[in-house]
Amino acid sequence: MKVLVPVKRVVDYNVKVRVRADGSGVETAGVKMSMNPFDEIAVEEAIRLKEKGVAGEIIAASLGVAACAETLRTALAMGADRGILVETDVELQPLAVAKLLKALAEREGPRLIILGKQAIDDDMNATGQMLAALLGWPQGTFASRLVIDGDTATVTREVDGGLETVVLTLPAVVTTDLRLNEPRYASLPNIMKARRKPIETLTPAALAVDPAPRLALVSVAEPPRRQAGRKVGSVAELVQKLRTEAKVI
Amino acid sequence: MPVLVLLDHEGGAIKQPSRSAVAAASRLGEVHALIVGEAIGPAATAAARLPGVAKVLAAEDASLAHALAEPLADLLVALAPGYTHLLAAATAAGKNVMPRAAALLDVQPISDIAGVVDADTFIRPIYAGNALATVRSRDACKVITVRAASFDPVPTEGGAAPVERIGAPAAAHGARFVSAELSKTERPELTAARVVISGGRGMQSGENFKLLEPIADRLGAAIGASRAAVDAGFVPNDFQVGQTGKVVAPDLYVAVGISGAIQHLAGMKDSKVIVAINKDGEAPIFQVADYGLVADLFAALPELARELEKSP
Ligand SMILES: Cc1cc2nc3c(=O)[nH]c(=O)nc-3n(C[C@H](O)[C@H](O)[C@H](O)COP(=O)(O)OP(=O)(O)OC[C@H]3O[C@@H](n4cnc5c(N)ncnc54)[C@H](O)[C@@H]3O)c2cc1C
Ligand SMILES: Nc1ncnc2c1ncn2[C@@H]1O[C@H](COP(=O)(O)O)[C@@H](O)[C@H]1O
Repeated sequence: MKVLVPVKRVVDYNVKVRVRADGSGVETAGVKMSMNPFDEIAVEEAIRLKEKGVAGEIIAASLGVAACAETLRTALAMGADRGILVETDVELQPLAVAKLLKALAEREGPRLIILGKQAIDDDMNATGQMLAALLGWPQGTFASRLVIDGDTATVTREVDGGLETVVLTLPAVVTTDLRLNEPRYASLPNIMKARRKPIETLTPAALAVDPAPRLALVSVAEPPRRQAGRKVGSVAELVQKLRTEAKVI
Repeated sequence: MPVLVLLDHEGGAIKQPSRSAVAAASRLGEVHALIVGEAIGPAATAAARLPGVAKVLAAEDASLAHALAEPLADLLVALAPGYTHLLAAATAAGKNVMPRAAALLDVQPISDIAGVVDADTFIRPIYAGNALATVRSRDACKVITVRAASFDPVPTEGGAAPVERIGAPAAAHGARFVSAELSKTERPELTAARVVISGGRGMQSGENFKLLEPIADRLGAAIGASRAAVDAGFVPNDFQVGQTGKVVAPDLYVAVGISGAIQHLAGMKDSKVIVAINKDGEAPIFQVADYGLVADLFAALPELARELEKSP
């Protein structure tokens, strides 16, 4: 069973992003970029399925600027078998990503596609659901447990009230939540090995997809800053302030 | 054309985040509400009473009992031609189904809006709330999830809309509900509570979360947690507040033994008043806290419980 894992190149989660002064976006120049943390979890899950003998080949795909090849190298160093870069300078939104991934899925024939639940830059939480829709496949979103058994995937989902379990008939789309697994670090030998693993480069045109964004970015602003408050000296003072000053209790 | 809001319901009541979605939808046009599931009579009645709702569509079908995204998206797609906007609260259920429906409509969804500028233009947080993007949609039908904490919910009473029964599509698309393991609590829900008290890694164990209980009892608070506390197994996943957990904006948020990582702040920094209790005076949480107490939580929490017992 082939597994496709889309991995997005995003601003590293430790970076405190700054809004550009002209409101045109956030500053990404010279900022550390990494694989979206949820996608690391997706790669890890695919590797574990392979180690269990459930998955065969693992294909990582990244869509965007040429530098996404670095993100693919990370996936390959973790243990993916090969990479596909769909290269474009166009800003890709989830609808376009889902269409491109659908085209890749039709070309590669995976039985399982594991995505992150959310990219930590656009915070859309949409692509996996959209891809499942376009393929007409069932979806298991926000997965904290995944068991493949023959033709089915049993997915435990993190929902607002707790956990929910669904059974999907393969082929299916799964999106990862934080507690699905703890991704491994790539070892130095594996990083070296990954350099020799193949990365194919395609374009949206080659996949016959129009990647143009549907949402126009009007502006980006800094959120209202909170006034730093003050320290209180004791629990009694805290309670007194909450009662008489803030009047919230 | 009107706008359609998919409502989450439980025990015959409309969930508070969905009442916030109705508030957002009211800014866009005449609101129709959609209720799906099994035995939905009471929920449809409750939806009809929401102020601002002009009509309730009720789709009762076993296939919709657990709000599986596959049949529900098909239903939304079938209804879409009559509406300019499809909305739902950005809850687990809303986030699961709305993008699926959007893709079938060839629409780019607008996730987690925190503001309405006009019928095409919306404000949404990006980068864990470190930036607010204003985006304009060019799609004919807009598919939207609403950040409940950013819109005051409409009241539960005041409207009197007619209820129309509608059919449901049959296709299941290879997904089947098996079971749910839902946390039971007498406390208010995190996303609806006026006061939230959250514990972090500093709590050290699930057992120690009991220290929060007398305080939560006294304040009528919901109990939340940081990711670290959830990952460590102190509390269930649905306690998580943050970028990838729940977003809350209560009148009072008390963070105990939480350092204040941006991913946590993303879920609570719009709270009216923030209190932090942390033994590390340099913890970033103090940069957003209105009242900071540098103290060992194991001493501070019992003292806080005692202090609250005293009448003012
Ligand atoms: C993709 C991604 C998504 C994430 N999403 C979320 C999210 O949604 N929500 C979230 O919370 N995090 C999220 N995180 C994790 C986040 O980055 C932090 O790791 C996490 O919030 C830390 O939790 P914490 O503050 O409880 O733990 P720590 O950072 O370890 O802080 C513990 C604090 O407790 C204090 N402390 C310890 N002992 C005591 C004591 N006895 N008395 C008083 N204080 C004490 C310490 O001084 C310290 O400040 C995410 C991370 C990633 C990468
Ligand atoms: N440009 C991209 N390249 C590869 N994968 C992507 C891309 N954009 C989104 N994804 C995948 O879709 C998931 C959800 O992203 P989003 O819907 O943008 O929050 C991510 O975790 C990735 O797995």
